[in-house]
Amino acid sequence: MNNQKTSFFGKIDWLTITLWLALCLIGLFNIRAAVFNPELPNFFTLGTNYGKQSLYLVSAIILGVSILIIDAKFFSSASPIFYGITAVLLVIVLVVGRNVGGNQAWIDLGFFRLQPSEFAKLSTCLLLANFLSSQSNKAPTMQTLAMGAGIVLFPVFLVMLQPDTGSALAFFSLIFVFYREGYVNNELLIFGGLCILLFVLALLVKPWILILILALLIGLVMWNYRKRRKYIINLSILFAACAVFVLCVDLVYEHVLQPHQRDRIDIILGKMEDPKGKGYNLNQSKIAIGSGQLLGKGYLQGTQTKYNFVPEQSTDFIFCTVGEEWGFVGSVTLLLIYLTLLLRIIHIAERQRSAFARIYAYGVASILFFHLFINIGMTIGIVPVIGIPLPFISYGGSSLWSFTILLFIMLKFDSNRKGVV
Amino acid sequence: MNSFFARKYVVSGIFIAITLTLVARLFYLQIIDDSYIHSANSNVMRKVIVYPARGVILDRKGKVLVQNEPVYDLMVTPREVKEIDTALFCKLIDIDKEGFIKRMEKARVHSPYRASIFEKQLSVRTWAQYQEYQYQFRGFYVQKRTIRSYPDSIAAQFLGYVSEVNDKDIERSNGFYRSGDYIGRSGVERSYEDLIRGKRGVNNLMVDALNRPKGVFMEGKYDTLAVAGEGLVSSLDKDLQILGENLMKNKLGSIVAIEPATGEILAYVSSPSYNPNMMVGRQSGNNYMKLLKDDTKPLFNRPIQASYPPGSVFKVVSALTAQQAGVIDRNTVFFCPHGYSYGGGRGWMGCTHYHGSTTLQRSVAVSCNTYYGFTYAKMIDGRGLSGPKAYDLWRNAVTQFGIGHKLGIDLPGEKPGLLPTSDFYTKRYGNDKWRSSFNISLSIGQGEMGITPLQMANIMAIVANKGFYYRPHLIKGIGAQKIAKKEFTEKVSAGVDERYYPVVIQGMSDAVNTPEGTAWANRIPGIEMCGKTGTAQNPHGENHAVFFAFAPRENPKIAIAVFVENAGYGGTWAGPIASMMVEKYLKDTITAPKYIQDRIYKANFLPAPKKVVDPKAKEVKKTDSVKSKTDTLKSKRQLAALTKPKETIVHHSEIKRRYE
Repeated sequence: MNNQKTSFFGKIDWLTITLWLALCLIGLFNIRAAVFNPELPNFFTLGTNYGKQSLYLVSAIILGVSILIIDAKFFSSASPIFYGITAVLLVIVLVVGRNVGGNQAWIDLGFFRLQPSEFAKLSTCLLLANFLSSQSNKAPTMQTLAMGAGIVLFPVFLVMLQPDTGSALAFFSLIFVFYREGYVNNELLIFGGLCILLFVLALLVKPWILILILALLIGLVMWNYRKRRKYIINLSILFAACAVFVLCVDLVYEHVLQPHQRDRIDIILGKMEDPKGKGYNLNQSKIAIGSGQLLGKGYLQGTQTKYNFVPEQSTDFIFCTVGEEWGFVGSVTLLLIYLTLLLRIIHIAERQRSAFARIYAYGVASILFFHLFINIGMTIGIVPVIGIPLPFISYGGSSLWSFTILLFIMLKFDSNRKGVV
Repeated sequence: MNSFFARKYVVSGIFIAITLTLVARLFYLQIIDDSYIHSANSNVMRKVIVYPARGVILDRKGKVLVQNEPVYDLMVTPREVKEIDTALFCKLIDIDKEGFIKRMEKARVHSPYRASIFEKQLSVRTWAQYQEYQYQFRGFYVQKRTIRSYPDSIAAQFLGYVSEVNDKDIERSNGFYRSGDYIGRSGVERSYEDLIRGKRGVNNLMVDALNRPKGVFMEGKYDTLAVAGEGLVSSLDKDLQILGENLMKNKLGSIVAIEPATGEILAYVSSPSYNPNMMVGRQSGNNYMKLLKDDTKPLFNRPIQASYPPGSVFKVVSALTAQQAGVIDRNTVFFCPHGYSYGGGRGWMGCTHYHGSTTLQRSVAVSCNTYYGFTYAKMIDGRGLSGPKAYDLWRNAVTQFGIGHKLGIDLPGEKPGLLPTSDFYTKRYGNDKWRSSFNISLSIGQGEMGITPLQMANIMAIVANKGFYYRPHLIKGIGAQKIAKKEFTEKVSAGVDERYYPVVIQGMSDAVNTPEGTAWANRIPGIEMCGKTGTAQNPHGENHAVFFAFAPRENPKIAIAVFVENAGYGGTWAGPIASMMVEKYLKDTITAPKYIQDRIYKANFLPAPKKVVDPKAKEVKKTDSVKSKTDTLKSKRQLAALTKPKETIVHHSEIKRRYE
């Protein structure tokens, strides 16, 4: 123990810390730009999002340091308790929650609005790591996969009741964890990818045309393998499954999705144009980012963000500020910082001795990746508008804290990787 | 190590691939597609137009004829209008509730997000009233502009008026004008539009998503300043103009006074006139319709558009051109037996008196028809040429006095008057064997000859100058440097040598200053005015009274022509008006006894108001009245009418009865 204490900071992954702090500061500066009021250029107050975010960042640093001091065992052993608490909070929010924009996602604590779903990601990740690591000595079984999936789907179910589709979807990113641990094989991953492709195609093309095309394609493959009966049967089953899936897509689209979600999908697929109404957010977001051009308009010079053309610009659409004021160069730099962080996390995961730490780190990478892809993809129009924050950069205490805790628990495990968890 | 270790490469690969997808998309948005920068600018940029003030027009002594007055256009951005006290609002700007709803609807159709005009041209008073409550009316604001204002309400036809551009104007201007701009419609406002309209300025403001102004776009890099229009100095003498307009009240007709040495127009009266302020402001549309429907046609620009048979003034031209042609000289005497017999005794053109043996000088003074009958006969028949050839020579000489063509005054709508070519008579006669007897009435300025009051005044200027004129014009100086247009500084010769003038001038002086003269009653004490009375034939009613003159005889300062329609004898009505104008201009007083002045002021020669019987009858009468009132010889149409002799041509057998 003594030895560990003296080299405490030496064992911490400083690269990750640096990347984390860089992202937080980029966030802080861009929130300032997003809420900047040119009439009061030097006005600082805790009343603005910028002022509050500064406080959140200070507290996030304190939180991070505290996590590094706490014994790593605490997080692994207490994970069921965390999971339980967040589950209870997710139920409570449905009762006393504050409804913002159709989502009952916040618990108002007066000075602070808590978003339990942000913390649910963290606790789910911990419990999943706890559970899967306990099974890591055995070969992957369907039973384990089912239980692991249960751990993930339970909070998804609660979050969907709010309903907060964006946060719910984030849980599905944990598929990478299952994949890495061997519960999901390559074929399934490809199959999943194909399902997504088919889903998009089903929305773009009329179902019977799509089924016809599929029949043709599969027919061609069948012709190729006409001598081998087993293939024929499998391909027939595949075709049937695809046909059913395509028909289901239509059904889900028409009856499960809410109208505003349908609109968002239609807009992203180009099936609908409404730049002044339903497409306003996306259109303004693209204008802001596109007008940044190569080098951007300069700090605090972004007219689209400064004059509130982009909605939600300090939270979900914070990337517009980056795109407009820092241009292509700034945007790509930010993406590279994220990518470096993600790859670093994978690197950290793989050097862990304990399965728990590895699984958990993969969970962290998955969740961060999903937020990054969906959030930025949404602002530049390749993903439907889904309200989830950009990690460390979007304004908001809940998200900054939960992502910081998520990351720092991993760092704690990493600093302790020689020890036994 | 876990057996699925290699899968980290797959996961990393997916992360990298997706990140590259985002980069590619950003590359497209930010580098390749440059439409977003334009969208961004149009998002934040609002062009605010700064309207220039139109140029001010002064009279020759620097007194203001037209100036600008601030008005306030009330603008509305429909989306921003919330919870306003409509009743109070309507009361403040003086509209009713339906009007409010209608205007809001119109603005909303135009755009709910952008400002459009709610009500035009609130007066300073209305604006002041409204301004107190402005804070209560979100979504409304006022935009300052200037409109025309005429302090003395004079010279309406000369100054013209401005009104908002229509779609055609915008199209014609190749985009110079935009909806909401003003354009000169008539008079000087129109002919000098390019100079006095000024240049519109644009301020590029930045607005936020709620259309609230937030500052200047790009630090004003793309802003342009409004440039006020050039000021104009007119040649008009305001006091003289006022006197002229007052004298012409309740009369139809014109006064044109020209400074001979420059061609500058000193007075330009077209009567009936209208108050130019009527054509400004919120009621201008209604007022315009009222004027348009007025039977006395106040919008008709008589000095340059009405044309009359010149009558006696033409004798002056005849006397000069005949001398130049060498068919008569100052000593030529003709015998006047109370008329001129022509066509081998078959025709008779009466003269007012038995003048006996008449010299050239006396013929001018007493306005002897016979003398000019002989002169014309000599011009056409006595030059060894065929009728048409001699006529062409005669016509060419007459044309140089500004008859039958436009003088090029700086006003739109000038008419050329009428002076037929020889072809016209050849056609009418059937062949080219006609002689002077065929159109002898031209000798005394009757028949197929039309002259505008401007042309008549110009002839007086030619005589005053002894042989030349400057194109009559209304604007003597443009802009701060007071530059005159080049075409108005060029001397134009009338084609008659200076030495032929004195005898005619003496005759004109005699007409005013000797008891035998036709204008003896119109003499002015202390000023040697040279003038003549005239009567323009009017086949539709009472003749038009005409008087033309210049004064003083030496170094003339003013040449003037006065037309009073339907007033009969020139010396009675037109003469006193001309005398007063001349005396006022030269001496700044009027010595004529008050009863004479009162007689003029009180005279009313307006056509009697028509009784409305039924709409159809009214319609017929109206077209009739138009003809009789103006007696315009409108070139082609009139020529066509003239080919049917019965209608307007006075048969020569009638001349005795009808001519002075």
